[in-house]
Amino acid sequence: MVDQDGFTFEEVVVERGSVRALDGFSAHIPATGITVLFGPSGSGKTTVLRLCNRLEVPTAGRVCLSGADLAGLDPLRLRRRVGMVFQRPTPFPGTVRDNLTAAAPDAPAEELERALRRAALDGSWLDRDAGELSGGEAQRVCLARTLVTGPDTLLLDEPTSSLDASAARQIEDTVRELTRDGISALWVSHDPRQVRRIADAVVGIERGRRVEPDLGEAT
Amino acid sequence: MTFQVSLAGLLTSLALVGVAAAISLWQRLGLERQVLWAAARALVQLLLVGAALTLIIEPGRSLLWSWLWVLAMIAYAGDVARRRAPEVPRVMPLAIAAFAAAGAITLGVLFGLHVLPLQGRTLVPVAGMLVGNAMTATVLAARRLVEELRDKRDEVEARLALGQPARRAATPYVRAALRSALSPQIETTKATGLVFLPGAMTGLILAGASPMQAVLVQAVVMFLVLASVATTSVVITLGLVRRVFTPDHRLRPLPQPARAR
Repeated sequence: MVDQDGFTFEEVVVERGSVRALDGFSAHIPATGITVLFGPSGSGKTTVLRLCNRLEVPTAGRVCLSGADLAGLDPLRLRRRVGMVFQRPTPFPGTVRDNLTAAAPDAPAEELERALRRAALDGSWLDRDAGELSGGEAQRVCLARTLVTGPDTLLLDEPTSSLDASAARQIEDTVRELTRDGISALWVSHDPRQVRRIADAVVGIERGRRVEPDLGEAT
Repeated sequence: MTFQVSLAGLLTSLALVGVAAAISLWQRLGLERQVLWAAARALVQLLLVGAALTLIIEPGRSLLWSWLWVLAMIAYAGDVARRRAPEVPRVMPLAIAAFAAAGAITLGVLFGLHVLPLQGRTLVPVAGMLVGNAMTATVLAARRLVEELRDKRDEVEARLALGQPARRAATPYVRAALRSALSPQIETTKATGLVFLPGAMTGLILAGASPMQAVLVQAVVMFLVLASVATTSVVITLGLVRRVFTPDHRLRPLPQPARAR
């Protein structure tokens, strides 16, 4: 049963024109803690993430969640179960409240405030202009926006790569806190030091295939 | 009509083309050949259209010929839209559907409610105004929408990732595209009569109609254009949304802009 939980990739191929982004990728992503998908840029990490919430579909092979092929699931419901935070913060125009209600138009204010708190912000942020936030703040708002949908898994696509070191650490701590609440995270990173800090499990990827992760010497 | 432009008059007016060509020569713009070619081409096209219209709208001729003319205009405008918006995937059938929708609504009101009598001499020019403006709006709205979705792909996908259906995720960009297609028309409508005298009115007054009658016809044409631009833009943008998103709510890859010709 436990093995069934989480995402399973079976010989997944993704082709874009003549380019193979994934070339027979197979892996299991556990449904607890932080699993880091580690590899150099261009190795197919983001593609793996985008397959998990069906922003992309495999050319061949299957992706399953808890044993069920994603191809057979309602994509809109899947995307609310599996939230995604992108590499570059993408706040929508308007206030922080507008951003959160984009995820849940009918959510009461308490629910929005709770999502903000879980992203280490608070209710006073609701009326701030999302366009005037710093990178780290905007990324937190994006995280809170995703949490409003009540996901049980988070997909994080190098969420700290455009942030300074302290903002990056804060996001790491916040996500660690969320995993204690039972949310699992699949975190894409190319930074071995970050992997050592945050990973409960590591899946290596290179040239679209699963490899043994090489994290180098501890520093 | 109170007067007619004679052949001699037409030839004399060609002196004005000469003025434009002379300015090009004087300022070394290198445009004189283009000026002459454009003027010659326009003259020949107008004469051909004049001859065709004379045949089509002459009294006693079946209205069917006028409708065929309208259909040909729609098809041609669809082709022009395709060439002017090459980055928009398969825009031509959508554009034709949009022109047809705009035509059904606007011509339905004008002729169905007897604002104008349904005759070849009303149908053909009115449909010409409709299709011409609808075509410009189509190109504007379609290009803007594709541009928005392509340039703000991250934002669009962030909306999809929140579980928004494609239609809802596209709404802000559809609005931007509709605004960009409608705003110029609204501005023109506001400025009419103050800043410039529009073509239909100018033509009518020159041809001897009373200014008041010319103004009324112009107002009708203006409203026709406004409605046709709005209808076409909304059909084209909503149709495009269905085309650029997959049925399972993914945004398809969008081509980079090719230089429109």
